[in-house]
Order: sequence, then structure tokens, then C-alpha cells
Amino acid sequence: MRKVRFSALIAAALILLPLLFSACSEGGVSGTKTLYVYNWGEYISDGSEGCLDSNAAFEEWYFETYGERVKVNYSTFSSNESLYAKLSSGSVSYDVVVPSDYMIERLIAEDLLAPLNYENIPEISNILPEFWGEASEHSAHDPGNVYSVPYLYGMIGIIYNTAMVDEDDPSLGSWKLMWDEKHAGNILQFNNSRDAFGSAQYFLGLDVNSDSEADWRRALEKLKEQKPILQGYVMDEIYNKMENGSAGIAAYYAGDYLAMYENNSDLEFFYPEEGTNLYVDAMCIPKSSKNKELAERYINFMLTEEPAIANAEYTYYASPNRLVVESEEYIEYMGEIKEDAYEKMYDTDAVMTSTYKNLSGEKLVLINQLWEELKSDIEISAGIYAICGVIIAVLVSLFAYFGIRNKIRNSY
Amino acid sequence: MKKSSLFQRLAAAPHIVWAVMFIVFPMIFVLFFAFTDADGNFSFSNITSLSQYGHVFVLSIAFALIATVVCLIIGYPLAYFMSKQSPRAQKVLMVLVMLPMWCNLLIRTYALMALLDNGGLLNSLLVSLGLEKLSIVGTNFGVILGMIYDFLPYMVLPIFTAMTKLDPKFIEASQDLGCTSWQTMTRVIMPLTASGVISGVTMVFVPSISTFYISQKLGAGKIDLVGDTIERLFQNPSTYNVGAAISLVMMVLIIISVGIMNRFSDDKQPGDAKTGKGGGIMP
Amino acid sequence: MKFLQRSYIFLVFLLLYIPIIVLIAFSFNEAGSLAEYSGFSLVWYEELFADEEALTSLRNSLMLAVSSSLIATVIGTFAALGLHRMRAKWIKSAVNTVTNIPMMNPDIVTGVSMMLLFVAVAGILRANDFFGFGTMLIAHVTFNLPYVILSVMPRFKALDVSLSEAAQDLGCTPSQAFFKVELPEIVPGIVSGLMLGFTMSLDDFVISHFVSSPDFQTLPLYVYNQTAHNVKFSMYALSALIVVTILIILLVVNFAGSVGKKGGAK
Repeated sequence: MRKVRFSALIAAALILLPLLFSACSEGGVSGTKTLYVYNWGEYISDGSEGCLDSNAAFEEWYFETYGERVKVNYSTFSSNESLYAKLSSGSVSYDVVVPSDYMIERLIAEDLLAPLNYENIPEISNILPEFWGEASEHSAHDPGNVYSVPYLYGMIGIIYNTAMVDEDDPSLGSWKLMWDEKHAGNILQFNNSRDAFGSAQYFLGLDVNSDSEADWRRALEKLKEQKPILQGYVMDEIYNKMENGSAGIAAYYAGDYLAMYENNSDLEFFYPEEGTNLYVDAMCIPKSSKNKELAERYINFMLTEEPAIANAEYTYYASPNRLVVESEEYIEYMGEIKEDAYEKMYDTDAVMTSTYKNLSGEKLVLINQLWEELKSDIEISAGIYAICGVIIAVLVSLFAYFGIRNKIRNSY
Repeated sequence: MKKSSLFQRLAAAPHIVWAVMFIVFPMIFVLFFAFTDADGNFSFSNITSLSQYGHVFVLSIAFALIATVVCLIIGYPLAYFMSKQSPRAQKVLMVLVMLPMWCNLLIRTYALMALLDNGGLLNSLLVSLGLEKLSIVGTNFGVILGMIYDFLPYMVLPIFTAMTKLDPKFIEASQDLGCTSWQTMTRVIMPLTASGVISGVTMVFVPSISTFYISQKLGAGKIDLVGDTIERLFQNPSTYNVGAAISLVMMVLIIISVGIMNRFSDDKQPGDAKTGKGGGIMP
Repeated sequence: MKFLQRSYIFLVFLLLYIPIIVLIAFSFNEAGSLAEYSGFSLVWYEELFADEEALTSLRNSLMLAVSSSLIATVIGTFAALGLHRMRAKWIKSAVNTVTNIPMMNPDIVTGVSMMLLFVAVAGILRANDFFGFGTMLIAHVTFNLPYVILSVMPRFKALDVSLSEAAQDLGCTPSQAFFKVELPEIVPGIVSGLMLGFTMSLDDFVISHFVSSPDFQTLPLYVYNQTAHNVKFSMYALSALIVVTILIILLVVNFAGSVGKKGGAK
């Protein structure tokens, strides 16, 4: 009887296993190509609430145009540094990645990107001249855009909740707000080294690409000074925290502010007067890509009108695409979100900005070290020591008591 | 006369090969990385650079210690009271203890964070009652609370199992011999359930000291424990070496503390420590 | 006294369950917010079932759990047999010690140690798609093995040696004796080892976190990624479903009884 059951179990397992494998490989192995896309979180129109699902649209468009099925495997990262770690470890391969400017510079320098074949990207003509080509002012990271096609861009600003910060707070308009002890426990800082150090550097009036170690150390001191009044270091968790009022002040990317504002109209936003970061995120193809042509077609597709507008509308980030910025419907859409949304996102001239540049290997190691120093800088309160002391004292005396008692008993 | 065939003698071979390849080798890699620099040369620099993380270690040990003790203080009476209920009630309670153990830690931690966050349900309730808000997320208290909440069932289950295995005759005998109920408790019940306590303590202490998700969510990325540090260092190939060194130190710390605890266990059951979860689904 | 005890039990369980209950309750909240309850709705469940990523990771999780627990059960059962018969005490205890390492070690150390091995192998093979189902499978089999051996071993110890000897006297070869006489006796241990491995694998996040690739995401990894971003309320629906599923499994195992009582896990 038991034997029957055991054989049945094995048989069932043997039947189940191939079924599961076939179910899984359905999309992967049997002929259809898979395109691995690695992008920032919340950074593409995903079909929710009736918007276009850009990746699905690409799959469909590709099938209609080339008669071949492709599958987009889309995954997300939350900082340039984690993207870099994945790419440089060589343990995973992607076809399209979307790093920011300084990281593109680094990836080029380390020979991790493949030059693009623009014959497969004819829609590149939609990109505004400021962002693409020999003469563009926003392509210093990749002169001539040999490796990268701009996706979206934006600036860093400070978001605050008007229910928690007074309208006439003297710190408003400045990075000072992020260091204001009045708001202790309500402030969120970036959980990535470059942006966190950047905030301190802008506040101190230092060069964000400084070559001097002393500058970076000064920024570190500023960040250490800020740590006790922070609620935390977060990245995309910021959405929930700002929307539900768990935190009141945070520096983040401008486009994301509008996404939060949509869910909580108490949120306000400004670009700090001391200056801030302007970043361009661009689509690139890593050298390790196995489907370069397909990847180029994907990039090309994202430059066409429908997905470009959908992505810009979904993310609220500024688009370098002419078809987007000239679209009446898009401008109207931005106006509906917030009256000054369009200007806030696009009027880069009104804000004092600079860009991050790739740093020397030595400086990168330094920043890494300083970041570790900041993260491991922990004040252990006397209370914790006291509680642990009591616990250890009680444990020791208990053991001593029982030990002695047993000894006495055993000696009888 | 028992003959054992070649087949039987070789039965363990695949496992031994597997264990060498995927348990021993990885451990050797940790050792190797801990004692080399990024270029693969032998060096002690990782170990010496650990002094930077001294406070992180102390804080992690302190949190794990506090969480374990609180779990014991809450869990021991709970297990005792549970064992006093009717058999049917015990069965239901058992399922109630096991459910959180088997439902994913991430979900429960996130649920707790969503509840306790400054703008979470608890604080909305407090505000609507006209009370002060409680800041829990991003504080030491929040992280310890998360550990207690997540790991309490791991404490209760092994103690409860030990309690149910306790022969009631011992208790009756002790009472017949004139013990007060306090004496019965400290001289009969407690020693006989010590192995359950040891296993519970290990099962709370080890995951508490190595967690990173709890501190990420309830510490809001500000309170870095050993687990967070390891996780962060292993995101960047250039810091694998320091990460390996920290992992090694943590491993040694845990082996020492588990060793100490097992010394106090009355019936020696080596390797029994972390199996409580295993025991969980099928009592 | 009884009343006090019961109220203590009730209070602890209440605190333990409030977050889970809130989670489930708000998964039906139409507003998709923790701040206001706008009415009962299944909209988040609909969204969840329309979310291909979630469904793929569920399928991946099941596939991984089934295959890793099966492999671990086969290797582990034979290992228990071999170890049981092994004469050399020192090999036996050495193997036991090594096997228990993944059980004693914190998950994070097991995870990073395997990751270091895989990174090294990937470097030697120059394979940039090395991480994925394969590495996950190896890791899951490895941490399942001690649990399988632990469930099967006691069965071997309880086995009556004379049965196997009788079979051999009656003309069975030792391996025939094993398959015909001993194996049926240890099946309950094997089944509980299998189930244990299956659930451990389904539940694992930490080890998978270090050895996975975006290519092959399991359910816990999906939850992790979700909670690191702008959390959608379909995540609440997913969590609620997971909790309810586990509750049902536990109730079946504990009250329908037969499998549960035979389990030799402990």
C-alpha cells in the first residue's frame, strides 16, 4: 500500500516536472528571442490605469513589422551604482540599460558599452539637437552620442509637505531645509552615494566633481551632521513615505515629485538656490548583449511618438523628444497635473544646474569608503548599553546561581 | 551477518560530492576573499579595516540580544499557557503560531512597517483620537520591535513542543513531594523544557543578528546592522573582500554563541538548533 | 487563573495578527490607500492576476520548489542510507557537520558564499548569463539537503535490521532488500523531507537574493522588488492570498491528519 503511494508520488512528480519546465520555457527557449531591459524603477509606461504598456506595445509592433515574436524581460534597479555593479560583475547580461550621464561616461571608459548602429535607429531625428549629436550641450558624457540615446532627463529638487513645513519657513528654497533641526525625524536623504554627497556639496558650495579629497571629506562631515535628524536613507520607498505623510522633506528627482503630487496635493517642490544636479538618462547597449540589433530596434521604438509620449506622461520626467515637447495633448496633460508642471520640468535655464561627471578610479574608491564611513557611523545610545548590561548581568547571575546550586547538590 | 553491497556503500557518495562542491568550496571562497585584497594577494587589510564596523557589530549583537530576551519573556509564558489548554485548542493555537512562521517574512515585515510608519494606520488612529504621533520607523525601537514581531513564533514553537512532551507525572510527583507551584516551575518544568528554550533562543538570535530586510524597512535605511552591511558590500565587486571578512566574523560569532548556548542544554542534541522551523509544519 | 492565561494568549496572538489582518483587510480597499477605506472591491486582485510579472514569478517559484525538493530528496535519502551504513565514524561525523553548515549558518552567509563560488565559476567560464535557474536550483538543493537527511535519518535508525537480513536470507540481493523491504518503511520520512524542502524553497528569500538574476525571479524576490519601489496595492492582494493559502495548507495538514502524524521531521 505504502509502496503504491510512493510510486504514485514519484510518477506524479515526474509528470509534473516536465510540465512545469515546458510552461516556463514557453516564452524563452522555443524560438522567440528575449530582450533583457534593465531600467530605473517606475521609469516606463507600464499599462496601469489605462496608459500604454510600452514593452507590450514593442512586442506587438515587432511582430507586426518583422513577423517574429520577441519577449521583453524588463527588470529595474534603483541606483546607477547598483546598475554598474551588475554590469561589471559580468554575471548577468542585458540588452538595453538606462544609466545616467556620469555612469555612461564610466561605462564607456571601462569599455562596457557597444557603439550604436544608427541605421537601426532612424527615429533618432526626433531627439532635439541640444540632446543629441556633435553640437549638443547635454552630451558631454558621450560626445557625438556614439553609445547612448537620451531617454528622459530632469533635475533634483526638494519636495516638502505643506502640512509639515510652514509657508514662511526661512529654509525654504535652500538645501538648508534638509539640514534643519526643526524638522528632525521628517527628512529623507538619498540612499545612493553620488546623490547624497551631491546634496551636501551643493549646500556647501563645493564642486560635485571635485578632485580634492578634502572637499569630499567636508561633504562627508556635513552628511554625518545630518544623519541624526534624518528619518532614513531611501530610494523609491520615498513615494509611499511622502504620499502618506510619513516624512515631510526629501530631495528627489523632479519628475517623481509630480507622481507623488498626484496622490497627495499637500506636496510642494522647489529647486535649491545653491544649485542642483541636471541629469540625462540615456539608453545604451552593453557589450555583452547578444541581441544588439533587436536592442537597437527597441531603442528606436521608444523614440516614436506613441511610446515616447506615454513614457513621458507616465514618469512626468522631461523628454528630449521633439514629438513629445511639441505635442499639444502632452502639454495639456502636464497642465492638468499641476499648473506649473510643464515649466518646472522643462525650464532648465531658470535653475542653476551642473552635471555629475565620471570621477577617477581613485576618487570612486574614496567615495565608496566615505559612504561606508557614513553608513557605519552609528551612535549607540546609553539606553541600549544599559539594557544589554542588565540582560547580561541577569544571565550571568542566573548561571552562577544554578551552577553553584548544582555543584552543592552534586557534592552530596 | 549483514552484507552491505557496493550500492549501499556508495549511496552517500553523490551527497558527499555535492556537499564538498556547494558547501565546502563556498566556505573556502569566503575564507579566500576575506584574506585577500581585490587583486587576489594575501592580505590582512580586510580584517583590520573591520574596526570601522565595530559599532555595527555591537549594535547588531545588542539588538539580537534584546529581541531574543523579549521573545523569551513573552514566549515562555505563552507556550506554558498554551500547553494548559484543551488538546483541541492546542491544535488551533499551534496552527496560529505556525502560520506567521510559514508566511513570508518580507510580507509580515512590510505589513508591520505599513502599520507603524509615521503616516501609517496606527498614527492616523492616534491623530484622530487627538493623541501625539509615535515615531517608530527609523528608530532603534522600531527595528527591535520588527525582530520581536517576526521571530516570536520561532521562540514559542520549540518551547511549546517541549512543554507538550513533558510527562505530567513529573509535575504530579513534584506536587506530591510538597513542592510549591513556584518550585515545580523552576525545578521541574523549566529544566525539562530547557532544550526547547535553547532551540528557541538560537532560532531567534541567529536570524536577528543577520537580518537586513527588517532594518531596511523598519530602520528606514538609517540603522545599519551587520546584515545590511554585508548586503551592501556584496552589491559591488570591489568590496566583496571586506564583505567576506565581515561574513566570516559573523559566522565565527554565531558559532561561538551557539556553542555556549548548547553547553547549557541538558540533553545534548547537536545540530538540533535550527530545526524548529522544520518541526513546524508537521508536529 | 484560567481566564488570565487565556487573555494573555489572546493578547499576544492579537498583536501578532493585527498587521496581517490589516494587510488582508486593506487588500479589499478600493481606494488603494492605508489612510482611507473607500469600500470593498476586488480591483487589486484583478490587477494582480493581470500582472504577468507576478504570475511568472509564482510559476518560477513552484518550478524551483518542486525540482529542488525532488533532487534534494533523492540525494538526501541515499545519503541517509549511506551514512547509516557507514562504518567509519569520523567520516560520518565529518559529513554530518558539513551537511549541517547551511542549517546553522545565517542565510546571508550561505547566500554570499554561494554567490562568490558562482561568480568565480562564471568568471572562469566567461559566461555572463551564468546566474539564473541553474544557480538558484543548486543553492536551493543545498539548503534543502540537511532537512531531508534530518527527516529520513531517524527512520533508518528505527529500522529493524533483522527484516533486511531475513529478506537477504530468502534470496534478495542487498539492493533488492533495500528497495523491497527498507524503502517502504522510510517513505513517511521521505515524504516529510520532500514537503519540508518544498516549503523551505518556496519561502526562501535571502539566499535567492544573492544567487538570482533578473531572468529568473521567484515570488519572494518579486515581493522584495515591489516593496523597494512604489508599492502597488496588488502586492497586498498577493500577500493576502499567500497568507490564506498557507492557512489552508496548515489546517489540512494538522486536521486532516494522516500525512502530518507520520511526518518524521521531529
